[in-house]
Amino acid sequence: MKPATVLNIVVVAVLLMAPYWLNPYWVDVLNSIGLYAVLALSLNIILGYAGLFHMGHAAFFAMGTYTTAILNTQFGIPVLWLLPLSGLAAGAFAMIVARPIIHLRGDYLLIVTIGIVEIVRIALVNNVFGITGGANGIFGISRPHLFGHVIRTPHEFYYLIFAFAAATVLLFVRLENSRFGRALNYIREDDTAAEGSGIDTAHYKLVAFVLGAFWAGMAGNIFAAKMTIVSPESFTFWESVVMFTIVILGGSGNIRGVLLGAFLIIGLPEVFREFAGARMLFFGAAMVVMMIFRPKGILPPRARTYCLDFLPETPKGIGR
Amino acid sequence: MQLFLEQLTNGLAVGGIYALIALGYTMVYGVLKLINFAHGDLFTIGAYLGLTLLLSLGLTDHLGPLAGIAVLAAMVMGLVAVIGALLERVAYRPLRTSPRLSAVVSALGASIFFQNAVMLLYGARFRVFPHDLLPTTAITLFGVNIPVMRIILFATSLLLMAGLYAFVQKTRTGMAIRAAAIDQGAAKLMGIDVNRVIMYVFLIGPALGGVAGLMVGLYYGQINFTMGWVYGLKAFTAAILGGIGNIPGAMLGGLLLGVIEAMGATYISMAWKDAISFLVLILILIFRPTGILGERVADKV
Repeated sequence: MKPATVLNIVVVAVLLMAPYWLNPYWVDVLNSIGLYAVLALSLNIILGYAGLFHMGHAAFFAMGTYTTAILNTQFGIPVLWLLPLSGLAAGAFAMIVARPIIHLRGDYLLIVTIGIVEIVRIALVNNVFGITGGANGIFGISRPHLFGHVIRTPHEFYYLIFAFAAATVLLFVRLENSRFGRALNYIREDDTAAEGSGIDTAHYKLVAFVLGAFWAGMAGNIFAAKMTIVSPESFTFWESVVMFTIVILGGSGNIRGVLLGAFLIIGLPEVFREFAGARMLFFGAAMVVMMIFRPKGILPPRARTYCLDFLPETPKGIGR
Repeated sequence: MQLFLEQLTNGLAVGGIYALIALGYTMVYGVLKLINFAHGDLFTIGAYLGLTLLLSLGLTDHLGPLAGIAVLAAMVMGLVAVIGALLERVAYRPLRTSPRLSAVVSALGASIFFQNAVMLLYGARFRVFPHDLLPTTAITLFGVNIPVMRIILFATSLLLMAGLYAFVQKTRTGMAIRAAAIDQGAAKLMGIDVNRVIMYVFLIGPALGGVAGLMVGLYYGQINFTMGWVYGLKAFTAAILGGIGNIPGAMLGGLLLGVIEAMGATYISMAWKDAISFLVLILILIFRPTGILGERVADKV
């Protein structure tokens, strides 16, 4: 077996066993890490693969969470049934808001997405359409049922989130190497050349947005189930910054890097909780230092390599 | 009509503050193509330094309120400028040739650092400025009550902006800044020390942002360690509104945003105030992506 495969098996085994050694507090920390990992992976499609400067992912997360919260509390639909619906709501929202802004360049897109997340948050605070519960949010979301079993404790949620994250990773690995994934990479590296090669860049960018939003919406569903209370405070610009930082610091475009980023950004502040106020000071300084020494992130993606053996003969002077 | 004029003056006063902060964003962006996310926190630092100096030196007692505050503002500008230059040296210069987003994360890290440094030094609670420093009276102009404070605020920001504009347009250093903003490589070939230009930009921008912090402290009377985020975001919006990288654009964008916000809060809804300014921003970017005064730039080839 390749070393990477062994490492993967060991990491998955350790994560599967982890709750047996940890108290509920630390399992809950792992749950947060898992949710942020899924969110960051979904942002990675937009930011990492397609290279679109998107700092408003919390808006899509909020759409999913509130869809679950409203439909569950108003109509009593079981939480996990709403998983695809939350994703669809977030995806539809992304399609509406992303379409007019998809052509914007780099930093302009960044500021517009920041604007969107702020508008969504203000709309939630102001109890838009009278269904979001204003600044207090919505409470009393029911616990998820799975095969007749109620998921309630952090340990039980751990396996739900773990399964969701694992499915996400497996699907996104496939996505990364698909025709779609390669097209997104091409757009990231050179928009104009991609367009010239027959890739409908606007369409692919939009699909990347919708797909990322769909997944963030589903993460929102699990988040709502876990918290049972949702409020606008969970969807500030700051949340978007956290997701953004996980992707860039971990290694944008690399699934392993993003997962590592989630562990570092969400986990480390918890580890150093005893240092109270000063920990965020060091955290900020560490972000600066990390970027200076690893500007492409801790684990940047490896360049794609293709085997040329199928060619009948390699002409002289063309290396592999 | 009276309400309209009152809100107009209010909007212009607040817009002047936005404009001063926006100038820091736009100058840095012009030269480095970097969004300096720590700029809002330099603004906060300016407010806190202003409060500390105000309380400890007692300048206003010796020199009278106006002269005292002018000296205080100069000191704040100097100190924040030094912090800004240090920030560039430590957090941005090593990332000059790295991918764009690494510098953005470095800036976010610096922002978290500053915000928490201020919180640890001064505490998380709101701090209050002494409120009897400046005249609280209002003068009546064409039947509209305008607080003197508002006029001082607006005049100060106009004065600083005019000073900056003259500096950038008339001096050799200003010319170097404009040249570096247009094309760094060509500027280097013309014998311009681009590193020095970047240092100047990081002295001037934070100085203006810092003094804006002091002005907010004096105008609203209270400051908090997280206020830099909101003001930073608004000012950045203003910079984009006017056309980022464009100095007169930042001034216009700031004033415009201040007025839009004041009008939105009055005539539409107070609770939706912030959403309105972001909505205007998004609309501007959709229909005129380079801002009001920005020139259309071709995409990279």
